[in-house]
Amino acid sequence: MKIDAHIRDLFPIYQQQPHLVYLDSAATSLKPQPVLAKMQEYYEQYGVNIHRGVYHLSYLATEEYEKARRTVAKFINASEEEIVFTKNATAGLNMVALTYGETNLQRGDKVIVSELEHHSSLLPWMKLCERKQAQLVYVPLNNDGQITVENFLSVFDNQVKVVALTYVSNVMGYITPLPEIIRFAHAKQAVVVVDAAQAVPHLAVDVKALDADFLAFSAHKMLGPTGIGVLYGKAKLLKKLAPLAYGGDMNESVSHHMVEVKPIPYRFEAGTPAIAEALGLAKACEVITDIAYDRIREHDRALHAYALSQLNKISGLTVYNPKADIGIITFNINGVHPHDAATFFDQKQIALRAGHHCAQLVSKWLHCEGTLRASFYLYNTKKDVDLFVETVKQTVAFFENILGKQHE
Amino acid sequence: MNDLENLYRQVIMDHYKNPRNKGLKGFPHVHIKNPSCGDDITVEAEIINKQVKQVRHQGSGCSICCSSASVLSELMLNKSVDEARALVSKYYAMIKGEALDHPEALEEAIVYQGVAKFPARIKCATIAWKAFEQILNGETDE
Repeated sequence: MKIDAHIRDLFPIYQQQPHLVYLDSAATSLKPQPVLAKMQEYYEQYGVNIHRGVYHLSYLATEEYEKARRTVAKFINASEEEIVFTKNATAGLNMVALTYGETNLQRGDKVIVSELEHHSSLLPWMKLCERKQAQLVYVPLNNDGQITVENFLSVFDNQVKVVALTYVSNVMGYITPLPEIIRFAHAKQAVVVVDAAQAVPHLAVDVKALDADFLAFSAHKMLGPTGIGVLYGKAKLLKKLAPLAYGGDMNESVSHHMVEVKPIPYRFEAGTPAIAEALGLAKACEVITDIAYDRIREHDRALHAYALSQLNKISGLTVYNPKADIGIITFNINGVHPHDAATFFDQKQIALRAGHHCAQLVSKWLHCEGTLRASFYLYNTKKDVDLFVETVKQTVAFFENILGKQHE
Repeated sequence: MNDLENLYRQVIMDHYKNPRNKGLKGFPHVHIKNPSCGDDITVEAEIINKQVKQVRHQGSGCSICCSSASVLSELMLNKSVDEARALVSKYYAMIKGEALDHPEALEEAIVYQGVAKFPARIKCATIAWKAFEQILNGETDE
């Protein structure tokens, strides 16, 4: 499937909101028709519970749910048993801290994180370290705000038991050099937990090639529905973990004082899961595969480069991440609070993010109260960029007019 | 001029650039933070015999948040606690776009009626007022 003028026909929201300029895909992506249709199909045709009924419809629903798991497994080159359906990336990352971390981390051990982490990749480890009296260590960022292998090695030693890093920064748009970092981490038996929420929409993620131990992502940032995510874990690691939640469906047999839990991944999915959402996620994987990551990247690169070149011509603007690897532009209009600016964009139906993007340490690193963030995805067009750039110009001019020229 | 520009012109020109009664003096205070946008403001008030003698504020945030704290600090001067409460309620009603009896009682704060058209900014326009309201109710920090 090509990314051309017709790509928007896939996204029904544009029929409702024909003038929408959606530049907040790093927060959540728009949803294509096939994903919505798949979820509708479940509710209309076989919308019953899974793994329980011995009747035909339940069999059908179970088949579809497990087929979805296979699709997702193939999508990231894992095996089925390594795919745990969760609520979102946050739930997956918390689960790793609360199961693997809880059992394996001891007083004096170290966990490596970075200031680029989304709060969901930081706080579960911060709280765990607090409880365990372990040490939370930050990889120093380089001058551009990137995680480098060299800087990683400067804080990496034998005490490090867990390395929890983002694959792609949700504010700066940098790709972390994970393959090398993971090789070094494994050489000293540290386990690597990858937050791939921003990566999966843009990069083909191959967990085997990457050799990640755990990797989590959300469906909703990659054309899928909200309410479902994936935790990948290497089978040998998952098998050692006790469930975080107990309840229906995750057990094999229950007696008065004993429960025998199911094999992986089922033991981690207590209760009725988000069935329609799992099917929607699998469909999203198929849509992305149909379009192909190469095309998504190429489209993203072209829009990103064009936007940066246009923004470059405007004075009174600070772009914090001109070297971003993916289409995320984090910027401020000099002297103007991001929320003041965002309302001007809102008036033009340009949706972009303002604030600290659930990554307050990045704002601190940038020494600002918050930023504006425009993020692109496959449905954005050159016209979107033009409207965006034009509004940036108008907003700069407006505030210059009333506040006076701002110095950088 | 559109609504937004109108709102900003009136508000920013004056109170954002030249905030009144800024800086704390140690009166009973309330600190409120809006984690989603980073607005962070402390309001304090000197209240003697159920009368507002001084309102001070300090903090950082967007122009709507900061300027409205400044406007509040002038409006409330020498009002009784009951009058002040009534003004706060009137202000909230205005921000929600409700029709008001005697809107002129809000004096300069009337410029914020434009915020009703930008619901995403209601929090910004009310944060200092919420802090002040808590002081009136005796719910101060510490």
